[in-house]
Amino acid sequence: MEKSFRNKQKQRAGVPRDEIITLENVSKSYSKGAPALNEVTLHVKKGEFVFIVGDSGSGKSTLIKLLLRELTPTKGSINVLGYDLVHIKRRKIPMFRRNLGVVFQDFRLLKDRNVYENVAFAQRVILKSNREIRRNVPTILATVGLAGKYKSKVNQLSGGEQQRVALARALVNKPTILLADEPTGNLDPGNTRDIMKLMEQINENGTTVIVVTHNREIVNEMKKRVITMNKGVIVNDEENGVYIDEDY
Amino acid sequence: MRIINSFFYSIGQGFRNLTRNRWYTLATVATISACLFLFGIFYSIVTNFQYMVKTAEEGVSVTVFFDEGVTEDQILALQSDLSVRPEVSKIDYESADAAWEGFKEQYLGEYADGFTENPLADSANLQIYMNDVSMQPALVTYLESIDIVKTVNRSEITASTLSGMNKLIAYISLGIIIILLAVSIFLISNTVTIGISVRKEEIGIMKYIGATDFFVRAPFVIEGMIIGFIGSIIPLVIVYFIYSEAIVYVGTRFAMLSNLLTFLPIEEIFDKLTPISILIGVGIGFLGSFVTVRRHLHV
Repeated sequence: MEKSFRNKQKQRAGVPRDEIITLENVSKSYSKGAPALNEVTLHVKKGEFVFIVGDSGSGKSTLIKLLLRELTPTKGSINVLGYDLVHIKRRKIPMFRRNLGVVFQDFRLLKDRNVYENVAFAQRVILKSNREIRRNVPTILATVGLAGKYKSKVNQLSGGEQQRVALARALVNKPTILLADEPTGNLDPGNTRDIMKLMEQINENGTTVIVVTHNREIVNEMKKRVITMNKGVIVNDEENGVYIDEDY
Repeated sequence: MRIINSFFYSIGQGFRNLTRNRWYTLATVATISACLFLFGIFYSIVTNFQYMVKTAEEGVSVTVFFDEGVTEDQILALQSDLSVRPEVSKIDYESADAAWEGFKEQYLGEYADGFTENPLADSANLQIYMNDVSMQPALVTYLESIDIVKTVNRSEITASTLSGMNKLIAYISLGIIIILLAVSIFLISNTVTIGISVRKEEIGIMKYIGATDFFVRAPFVIEGMIIGFIGSIIPLVIVYFIYSEAIVYVGTRFAMLSNLLTFLPIEEIFDKLTPISILIGVGIGFLGSFVTVRRHLHV
């Protein structure tokens, strides 16, 4: 207990106080071929809105998986919210993940349950009481604009609505960081815009948002920090950035 | 409060799992029932047999006769010496007079009046009952080595047959029970594996949200335990009816063997069989699902 606390202190020592994601020289190789990530260094501050863009195979997905502690790096150090993700104990991983909200391209909803149950599920997992669940779920459903559909089965919803349910599920536990992996990949332009607007709102309320995307228009329109990756390396990182062509 | 909440949630999910993979649940319950049914039948037969053997064993005794001129005091001294030996459960002393009285009563009746002296003057004896028939040979050898002992009468055949049978039955039943348990655990593990593959996505989502291994595992383990429990109750009911019918049937059909076939009352069988069966059923349910989920938890 004491040791892990000291570890945290050590990790935080050289780092600005409001920095919540720190990757130092992180490499990740799978068994064969070129490394998926190669010496990546990245700093994200609390409250930032970050786009990560790049081709498929550029290392975006690996990066997200490392941040979720689904993978461990081959080399380098990763610190998220004070957790040393290289040395974290297996049984501590759930506690770490409770600080994150995750949204996927394919929504990953529980298809045999209704909207309310899908969102409530996230609260049950972290052992909230029924009373809290009854209070929190309707609030968050109203935020994403689904208050009237809480009884619907998720497979009767449109893609945009399903992604809102997924977003509600990611947000109901009030995460510090929202990770979205191609959240608009399966959505039409209208829904894409709505979802991104929601993400912006969430960001304005203090949540750090990290979005992996292919969507050029969105990235160029929103004028946020843009990190461009290519072949496992960060090739560009700028505030108010734009989607850079893949001619690197 | 939170723990209680999640406890009830896990139980609810456990029950839901049962209905989600209805056919596998049924198949597993059926096989566990079959295994525990065989176990129940076997248990009843073995315990009854052991009971019969024990009853028979208790009747087996060694009778010791003494040399001419050995006094009653000497015999009684030997009796108290022998009674501390571990294999001895009981020793009856019969004096020459008592032996003669018994003999008269049994065989001579009123014709005994012609005897003025005891013709069985040297027939004072010790009748020794044992805790375990298998110890008879050792005891007999010891008795024969004592000076004042003339002869030792024993019932060798009954003794060795009974102890041999007893061992054989114990080994066979142990073997069969182990096989049945292994089969049951394998089946539970299969059911849970299917349950997991159906819910793999759900487990993945749970893990991303920050569910602990315990939370993910609990519904599956509860599912396994419920299957095991139901699988143990069904055969208990069936064995109960079969047993009570069998006692009546054998009792009427083989009435002439009634003093050999002494059945244990049904309550005595079920006093032990019920908790053992439920424990085994729930136990294999727990073990099978716990181990299987463990293999699938690494997300």
